[in-house]
Amino acid sequence: MAELTTAPPRSARASSRPRYVQRFTLTERLLHWVHASAFFVLLASGLILYLPALSTTFADRPLIKDVHFYTAVSWAGAMILIALLGNRGAVRATVREVDLFDRDDRRFLAGHTDSPQGRFNAGQKVNVIVTAAFATLFFVSGMLLWLGERNTDIRLGGTLYLHDALMYLSVVIVIGHLYLALINRSTRHSLHGITLGSVREDWARSHHAKWLPPERHSNPGDKQVTVDRAARTTDRAYKEKLPPS
Amino acid sequence: MTSSDQPPQSPRENVGARRLGRAGFLGLLGAGVATLFYGKQISSVTSAVTKPFADATGLSHIVPSSGWRIYTVADTMPTFDRATWRLKLDGLVGRPLELSYDQLLALPKVEQVSTFHCVTGWIVDGVHWGGVRFHDLLASVAPLPSAHAAHFVSAEIPYDDYLTLDDLSLPDVMLAYEMDGQPLPQEHGAPVRVVIPNMYGYKNVKWVERITLVPRQGAGYWEQRGYDVNAWVGHSNGYG
Repeated sequence: MAELTTAPPRSARASSRPRYVQRFTLTERLLHWVHASAFFVLLASGLILYLPALSTTFADRPLIKDVHFYTAVSWAGAMILIALLGNRGAVRATVREVDLFDRDDRRFLAGHTDSPQGRFNAGQKVNVIVTAAFATLFFVSGMLLWLGERNTDIRLGGTLYLHDALMYLSVVIVIGHLYLALINRSTRHSLHGITLGSVREDWARSHHAKWLPPERHSNPGDKQVTVDRAARTTDRAYKEKLPPS
Repeated sequence: MTSSDQPPQSPRENVGARRLGRAGFLGLLGAGVATLFYGKQISSVTSAVTKPFADATGLSHIVPSSGWRIYTVADTMPTFDRATWRLKLDGLVGRPLELSYDQLLALPKVEQVSTFHCVTGWIVDGVHWGGVRFHDLLASVAPLPSAHAAHFVSAEIPYDDYLTLDDLSLPDVMLAYEMDGQPLPQEHGAPVRVVIPNMYGYKNVKWVERITLVPRQGAGYWEQRGYDVNAWVGHSNGYG
């Protein structure tokens, strides 16, 4: 569920003052940006380790290996800490939203992109699921490579192949993600949401029509409270909408 | 602008909602774990599709689609100066010797096509090597009867490794200075490296600058870190 706020971005303060709705909590945004930053550091250091042409340019392989390894460990620790110390209700609500695919979501994935969508459209849900699974597999296979270098009993024949395949698939996904977030005119406003937390209400209505702001808040100081409430409301709505199992 | 008094209404309820997210997540994890165990088989299937694409687009010159990964242990990669480079041959020999690059090239040249196996799982098929057999190389220094192994010292400090003289007498073992018709590239050990196709790559010492004959095998760089001294492909390091 969305919350309305009248806190506008700096660029909108002139005349029109578009109304904004809070889309992402600080916890969700931190999780996104820590993950994104770590991904690009890991990709860069990983490519230096992987591509023969770069091995002569960056010959200090032990240093690059350390950068790669400690970035991965720091990423995992930071993600767990943010999820534990941040707005756990919002994280739980997001997980449950992403878990649930209704008929409109399935129609969206079948190519009917005009199907009304919730706070996450079905493509974004798939992206979250794939990213979470890939991150887990990246971490597991990376740790197996690291440990396997120290104890050959731990090494499995497909570890390197899995790590490489995840990299290729992730690069393709990230290119698509960057296109939609930075270039595609219709969707790139979502970048505002993942950086500052809020998105224009008219944009939210057209792209996420099933995501409903239940009440209006005019005091920007209430933002964190409304977000917490949004998480609880979304959580409740999820339970109500879920078919009996 | 939309009035803030009227929050947007849902056009329809969540009809037919199913918990597909966790199923997808767990399915991907399962596929990933299966790949850990069956990666080589899966790789042989996928490479049939990806390799022609990589070859056609030129990607195979950038990504290690043919399998090569460059592993080093030092913070710099050794460089090769043809004018000053020398290969030192000493230890249990009758005539210690230092060979220049040109003197090495003057020895009888042999060529072979063999497969390179890395202990981490990747393989490069059909590598065309050019170089010298060890009996031709060592004949000039007259090994003593007490010599039973060779200690290969790399210019990439502190990398080193050992092979027995019996290993060196295998018909496809050589000190290579050419790879795929070109002088050995820097990242593959220029100017010379050991090639012993039936042992994993860490025994194929790159940037060799000294060969010392010794009474018996010692533990090289990776053996000191838990890897097998006799690194037979498929029969060591937990394989086979």
